[in-house]
Amino acid sequence: MQVIDPSIALEGTTPIEEERVRPVTRRTGADRAFRLTTFGAGTLTLLLMGVIGLFLLVRSWSAISAAGLSFFTTSAWQPDGGAFGIAAVLLGTFLVAFVALGFAVPLATGGALFITDYAPSKVKTPLVWLVDLLAAVPSLIYGLWGRAYLQPKIIPISEWISTHLGFIPFLKAKPGAGFAASTFIAGIVVALMVLPICTAVMREVFSQAPAGEKEGALALGGTRWGVVRDVVLPFGRGGMVGASMLGLGRALGETIAVTLIISPTFDITRLTHPLETGGNSIASLIALRFSESSSFGISALMAAGLALFVITLLVNAVASLVVSRSRSGASTEI
Amino acid sequence: MTDLSTPDIATTNIEMKVVPDLIETEQRIGLRSIDSTAVFAVVGAAFGAMAFVWLLFTQFTAAGTNIGMFIVWYLVFISMIWVIGREQYDPVRARDLVARVVFWSAGLIIVVPMIAIATYTIAKGVTALTPNFFFQDQSRVGPLSPARVGGASQAIVGTLEQVAIAAIISVPLGILVAIYLNEVGGRLARVVRTIVDAMSAIPSIVAGLFIFASFILAFGGQLSGLAAGLALAVLMLPTVTRTTEVVLRLVPGGLREAGLALGATEWSTTRHVVLPTARSGIVTAVILGVARVIGETAPLLLTTLGAVSMNWSPFEGKQSALPLYVYRLFQLPQEVAIQRAWTGALVLLILVFVLFVTARIIGGRGPGHISRFRRARLAREGLA
Repeated sequence: MQVIDPSIALEGTTPIEEERVRPVTRRTGADRAFRLTTFGAGTLTLLLMGVIGLFLLVRSWSAISAAGLSFFTTSAWQPDGGAFGIAAVLLGTFLVAFVALGFAVPLATGGALFITDYAPSKVKTPLVWLVDLLAAVPSLIYGLWGRAYLQPKIIPISEWISTHLGFIPFLKAKPGAGFAASTFIAGIVVALMVLPICTAVMREVFSQAPAGEKEGALALGGTRWGVVRDVVLPFGRGGMVGASMLGLGRALGETIAVTLIISPTFDITRLTHPLETGGNSIASLIALRFSESSSFGISALMAAGLALFVITLLVNAVASLVVSRSRSGASTEI
Repeated sequence: MTDLSTPDIATTNIEMKVVPDLIETEQRIGLRSIDSTAVFAVVGAAFGAMAFVWLLFTQFTAAGTNIGMFIVWYLVFISMIWVIGREQYDPVRARDLVARVVFWSAGLIIVVPMIAIATYTIAKGVTALTPNFFFQDQSRVGPLSPARVGGASQAIVGTLEQVAIAAIISVPLGILVAIYLNEVGGRLARVVRTIVDAMSAIPSIVAGLFIFASFILAFGGQLSGLAAGLALAVLMLPTVTRTTEVVLRLVPGGLREAGLALGATEWSTTRHVVLPTARSGIVTAVILGVARVIGETAPLLLTTLGAVSMNWSPFEGKQSALPLYVYRLFQLPQEVAIQRAWTGALVLLILVFVLFVTARIIGGRGPGHISRFRRARLAREGLA
């Protein structure tokens, strides 16, 4: 076969002007209407988000302007008495969320790694289904179950921790203090609720660990644990952080399960002892106080809601940034 | 013949003996399968740890709680596996064995809450689950009536109407936004996708606050089923949008190009090629959206306060809803009320489960799956 060098073949001939191909079909009126409608829907979603923030801001303005900066430092909540602020409820919100993450993140990591690297293929699909189903169970049912079934089982453990690990200051309970309705119990229930979302995101990230590197590690004589420790976990670190933060966002905004379990307190020293009775969160404050509030009280609750809205948005924005970064930058070639 | 062959076999036997010795110097590492030594190690460690716990809690200290005993058992179990692994193999394989057991138990622990919640709710709720739970309301129920009297029909009707309102608003909007993100695109699409992501994280109580601030305070609406439906729509929109978008992305690009190459316009390609291909996925998206909001309680606390008697109209007056019914009754002191709450929770759990399984079955079909109904219709029209 003769090989013709294209540069020789084209020598002497004038290169043909390349014409840009345009789509033959022109956009009809229906097309323009279609584009406009979907664009309108997209814009509407953007507007909706802005409007939510705007309405909360407008309605909470009277409370915010009355309280000023003390809104962030006052721990009591008596809007009609003049003293109200989110210091205590904000602390309580984060404490519940941190207890929840303390349980959920290790479990979700283990569960996600089990699904991607250890489970037999027959178990894998049902397990993924089950995790999705757990995410669909209403928080109300978690709350009922947590209060009726889980709480009596956890109280003795709280007691044990408090007596045997009491040398750690915040784990020590005051003599005579109860252990029911505590931040600790609420945190465990919320942990079960954020477990599915954390597991799902981590599974997604771990399953994208480069197969070439995994096989390479195995070929070098590595054990399965070696592969997980030296390939999958380093690859998925960003995704783990992102998944934990997504879980944090969910945990911060959880309302009904927390409301059903904690007995509300505004006392900072009681809040900082998570094993003792009493806890609080912004969402449960709104749920409990809303129906009995004056119009100024409602304005104050709107301000608390606005704070929660802003915090969850920030946490989630950072989380999705971390997750998307971890996926894009880490692909490898073999 | 046989006499001659016997020495032959003997010599091969000698050779066979040599070969395994050579192999044994280099051991294969099993990845999936566990050899019998490891199985014995795990089972032995389990029983050994059990014996240890029994000794500890009956002979040396007072009996602990079940969970406490389980934690001690698990710690002993893991350390025993580690020790046995070190004795039987080498430290590397011992660590591998321990990791394997730890990850298997993490997989098991994920299963436990679902089973525990389901069995507990069924056990608590099934006693008061009678037909009149679906057909009677609470208007004739006094504090001393038994749990089998009266029902939650007003709550069931309320929930159905509120979820329907939410679906009427957010299903078309969500599908349109998903089409915009995937089929139309543009500079704004990335921003919209980020915002939809952020929306899925709005705490449900904030959605309720928003509807209260806008629909009720600013526009003078009533506390009603409509307000509740609007709040649920805010929560449902991101779920529908994200799931639909994922499904649209699965439609092969070749189908779109084929449609356009045949001279179809953008709109008719979307209408006649993309959407029919993704039909089952879109149905899944809608069902998952409904499952997401059907059990929401927090926004309802702020938008429709609940009612004891039947209110058919979602536009006027307070309306009950199944989650609200459960939440309110659970906080009453009477044992009967709590029993009713559990029945409501059971119905809610069954609803979510049925919706979820339906969504999975429909979504499990590949894109372009033609149902029996559709095939019959196509045959009638002479198309298939």
